[in-house]
Amino acid sequence: MRATPWHQTNWDARAAGNFIGGGSGAGLLLCAGLIQFFEPLPGYRGAVLAALLLIALGLLCVLAEIGRPLRSINVLRHPQTSWMTREAMVAPLLFAAAAAAAWSGTALPVALAGLLGASYLYCQARMLQASKGIPAWRHPKTIPLMLTTGVVEGAALTALACALAGGSPNLLAWPLLAALLTRRIAWKSYVEALEKDGAPQLALAALARLRGPLENFGQTLPELLLLVAMVFATEHSWPVVVAAAVAVASGWLLKFSLVTRAAYNQGFALPVLPIRGQGEAQPGIRPGWNKIVAKD
Amino acid sequence: MTRYIMTADLRRCIGCQTCTAACRQANATPPTVQWRTVLDVENGEFPDVRRSFVPTGCQHCAEPPCMHVCPTTATYQRDDGLVGIDYDKCIGCGYCAVACPYQARYITHRAEFAYGAAMESETARIDPRRMSVATKCSFCIDRIDAAKENGLKPGVDHEVTPACVNSCIAGALAFGDREDQQSNVSQLLATTQHFRMHEELGTDPGFYYIWDKK
Repeated sequence: MRATPWHQTNWDARAAGNFIGGGSGAGLLLCAGLIQFFEPLPGYRGAVLAALLLIALGLLCVLAEIGRPLRSINVLRHPQTSWMTREAMVAPLLFAAAAAAAWSGTALPVALAGLLGASYLYCQARMLQASKGIPAWRHPKTIPLMLTTGVVEGAALTALACALAGGSPNLLAWPLLAALLTRRIAWKSYVEALEKDGAPQLALAALARLRGPLENFGQTLPELLLLVAMVFATEHSWPVVVAAAVAVASGWLLKFSLVTRAAYNQGFALPVLPIRGQGEAQPGIRPGWNKIVAKD
Repeated sequence: MTRYIMTADLRRCIGCQTCTAACRQANATPPTVQWRTVLDVENGEFPDVRRSFVPTGCQHCAEPPCMHVCPTTATYQRDDGLVGIDYDKCIGCGYCAVACPYQARYITHRAEFAYGAAMESETARIDPRRMSVATKCSFCIDRIDAAKENGLKPGVDHEVTPACVNSCIAGALAFGDREDQQSNVSQLLATTQHFRMHEELGTDPGFYYIWDKK
């Protein structure tokens, strides 16, 4: 076994699928619910059904990944400390509330579905952050990153649902822009904190490779399109639709990369090198990391 | 209270991997699974190169992240500090494996044998309960349990001491009760300088590395 960190092999694209589908679906329930709560949103019912489909697909991805799917009911046994259990417990409540919201469209189930969507998203963010063996996941800044990513996808999908239902997605331009700007801050803050606090070099390299496509294509492009839509108050909806589609795609790329590209494990470290035969003890090593943690 | 721990004297370990082989023999693990591992860490630049051999595996943490994240309660902690897995509850979700900062957990989804086809000895010892669930070093938990029944002392009586410790030809590995001031491990730790790996993560590991005398 090597001492330097290597990429974890336990969670692959299927696990990423859960964070992609679950995060987008939960974000969609939250954002569409927020708007529907105050005024009827064209395509709300379709948005809720799409959200449920996304969350269900995410859960199916998990079912495809676990070793013993026939025992999957056991996932509910540890709500005291496990965020996976909590996510699994929120899921049936979310499905029931969202089905009621789609059917009635009235304030109470809509609010409940939105709140449960937010809870589901929060559980997912905490679930990733609780993975102490993966430095790129366990950093506290992972939580705002995952939350803002889910909200961006939710706002973007709400705009798309609205457009598909014949409504104008332009009223969602500024909330989507605000969400995108928040995600930009969360992403920048996450990467900088990870570099500062220490991480495996290969994880940092994977994130560096993501930086260009995410920041230029996934952030700047939709932000500019939304600004165009807002500044020129155009009646055309295509800038918002394109911005929304790009925002969703970039969120999915971010989560896919975080799970399947940047998930290098902790590796091993020696805070001090032992005396072997003769000589003195030497300063410690942490192979494959950008920082060494020495013994006091 | 009892807290069973293991110590590895890094001045003594020669990287012979006898503990690895003993673990495999005792626990019948498949070829790709090494509950006890000895890292061969080389650092420096020629001619100033150092080599360290570092036994590792499950650290039986007092604050085990694997147990906290486990959604099924399959991973549990005993009063004596041992962290175990109930194979009948585990769903093989791998969450414990990504939560463990010591890379100590393994999930194998198909039977693997040393030379392709199963040998008779491998067929006899294969445990279907371990398939597609998380597995890891248990500090030879069955031996620790046998100690209670037979009035023996783990770390002293070899019948109830982990296989890796028994097999160590350099006397680098030791096992015992950290809470017993007279135990071999307490005595060792009292007279040496030591560290625990990734202690900064708050796991309170039960595996101590000795690097010099006091």
